[in-house]
Amino acid sequence: MNKLELIATLKNEANISKAEAAEVVQIFFDSMTEALARGERVEIRGLCSFFIKEYKSYTGRNPKTGEKVLIQPKKLPFFKCGKELKERVDYKDKMDEA
Amino acid sequence: MTLTKNNIADAIQEGLGIHRRHSIEIVEILLEIIKRNLESGEDVLVSGFGKFCVRDKKPRLGRNPATGDSMMLDGRKVVTFKCSSVLRDRVNQMAE
Repeated sequence: MNKLELIATLKNEANISKAEAAEVVQIFFDSMTEALARGERVEIRGLCSFFIKEYKSYTGRNPKTGEKVLIQPKKLPFFKCGKELKERVDYKDKMDEA
Repeated sequence: MTLTKNNIADAIQEGLGIHRRHSIEIVEILLEIIKRNLESGEDVLVSGFGKFCVRDKKPRLGRNPATGDSMMLDGRKVVTFKCSSVLRDRVNQMAE
């Protein structure tokens, strides 16, 4: 499912216009992007949480050439799956085995 | 500061000029759509943000850390997130 399909599904299920659904999806992901850009945590109960992990500079290697390269310090959002989502995604397999 | 569902509902309430109760309801519907999709094993790709992927983990031999006994751990499904380059750049922008 991509953003357009998400918007179309939200439009139908929330009984709002397509423009409104598009704005909701935009605000939702923009809010998270802006918070992470400010270095803040994001916590959406049941879905997931994100925090910014800082990585120090290190010497890596170009896997193709084997050449040493200095990797600059960087920040990346670290994703943690929420409890409800985790259980729902893994649920069906557990039932099959039982 | 932590961004929560409440903050997002606030932003949607303001952006769409709707009642608070309605914006909370819409956020819950949106979350349910995302969760339902991942539950069915389908990835959710949000361009400019990232991709939520469902991955199959194989069964593996693990150990009970308390007793040291080895045991078979079942295969399971997990959700992973692949950050988009747009988000990665936004996160690193502030550092400079």
